[in-house]
Amino acid sequence: MASLLDRERTVAGPGFSRWLIPPAALAVHLSIGQVYATSVYKTALVKHFDTSLTAIGVIFSIAIVMLGLSAAVGGTWVDRNGPRKAMFVSACCWSAGFLVAALGIKTTQLWLVYLGYGVIGGIGLGIGYISPVSTLIKWFPDRPGLATGMAIMGFGGGALIASPLSTQLLSWYDSGYNPSDPKSVASGSAVAMLFVTLAVIYFVVMMYGAFTVRVPPEGWRPEGFDPATLKAKPLVTTANVSAANAIRTPSFWLLWTVLACNVTAGIGILEQASPMIQDFFRDDGGSSSVTVAVAGGFVGLLSMANMAGRFGWSATSDVVGRKPIYMLYLGGGIVCYTLLALAGSTSTAIFVLLAAVILSFYGGGFATVPAYLRDLFGTFQVGAIHGRLLTAWSVAGVAGPLIVNRFLDAQGKPGTLTAEAYRPALLTMVGLLAVGFVANLLIRPVSSEHHEPAADQAQPAEAERTS
Amino acid sequence: MSTRAKLVFGWSLVGIPLAYGVYETLVKASSLFTG
Repeated sequence: MASLLDRERTVAGPGFSRWLIPPAALAVHLSIGQVYATSVYKTALVKHFDTSLTAIGVIFSIAIVMLGLSAAVGGTWVDRNGPRKAMFVSACCWSAGFLVAALGIKTTQLWLVYLGYGVIGGIGLGIGYISPVSTLIKWFPDRPGLATGMAIMGFGGGALIASPLSTQLLSWYDSGYNPSDPKSVASGSAVAMLFVTLAVIYFVVMMYGAFTVRVPPEGWRPEGFDPATLKAKPLVTTANVSAANAIRTPSFWLLWTVLACNVTAGIGILEQASPMIQDFFRDDGGSSSVTVAVAGGFVGLLSMANMAGRFGWSATSDVVGRKPIYMLYLGGGIVCYTLLALAGSTSTAIFVLLAAVILSFYGGGFATVPAYLRDLFGTFQVGAIHGRLLTAWSVAGVAGPLIVNRFLDAQGKPGTLTAEAYRPALLTMVGLLAVGFVANLLIRPVSSEHHEPAADQAQPAEAERTS
Repeated sequence: MSTRAKLVFGWSLVGIPLAYGVYETLVKASSLFTG
């Protein structure tokens, strides 16, 4: 069994189409993207465990911290052992996490949910997130932004699937639960059954990814692709840098800063989206012209913008270049955030449009970063370097909500806030984006002293010319 | 299984659930414009 998972057993044979790799990657990313759909059963868990929202929120926080840690620590292992073994391990951890958490719910042991979904599932998240990235870049050297954008779009899309699916399953497992009634809460045993069902579904889907994914043979390149064209582009290297050397370069840390600033700014809106739109359109009497249902629609629209940005902007970066597209994400973000702070409350259409553009830049920032790393450090250990860079996500995941919540807490109580209360937090995000903008401008090609010794020049494989 | 069949199966496996998720989200988001 172990040999089936080895990198050597996953080298593509003659006639293999590289267009089978994106669905394999999407199978993994759509599955692990469920992590953003936890709000569906959050209230049910609060009631079942008779605890606070914060105590249940910790499950998600542990999972995201474990994502960053396992991606950073396991990145080199993923590069060495190949995508199939990584996807297999990710599927086992992700599904086992659901099963252990289901046991925790059934036995009313919250620590088991922390251990299961948070720790074990979180490891599955981190390994799964980076598992297809370097393989996609190697199969699509001519369009790395498009390829990684497709996969990472799946991480955004996973919540779009899991959210309505989970609601439907909960209503089947608990006949007393009515999803259209905001006061109705599903039972704990229904959530446990949901977790078991998701464990089985995700395991099967992720196994499809694990057993479909292939690595290209040594020296393979797509028909008509000339690596020499890469040399003509600024900031794009054909040399290779190891993960250990990459983190010693200023460019790595500048890109880390870019990602951290971009993600912090996006999370600031994402975490607060539903109350934020209601607060922006609250009259002097304290009531909002935006209903809870409309606010829910706004959150859905932001998820779509986030997902569309991951694919659209990342694919565009193949044409315009990585540095210019980050100038757009960060510079455009500065303009949008400033307009949101100063004129966002003038009309809901303007508010929604600005927030959607900001979220598309947030998604684009995530999806384009593997291609930026490939440009700077080559393909040699790009998965491991990407894993280390994702620690910026963990930092931003804590910093973004902290900044917004601290400012809002100082302005008043939830339910009484207005657009003015958001201004300091939004303008702080403008400052953060400015820092990211400057960091992006300072990124330079990596010095040759960090390059790996040159290997034999790659030759196109005879039987492997597919496009 | 031919490469074409593998491609159809693979893209359907991920495309159909994604289309379902996008549809459900758009229905939800439509409340923004209908009040």
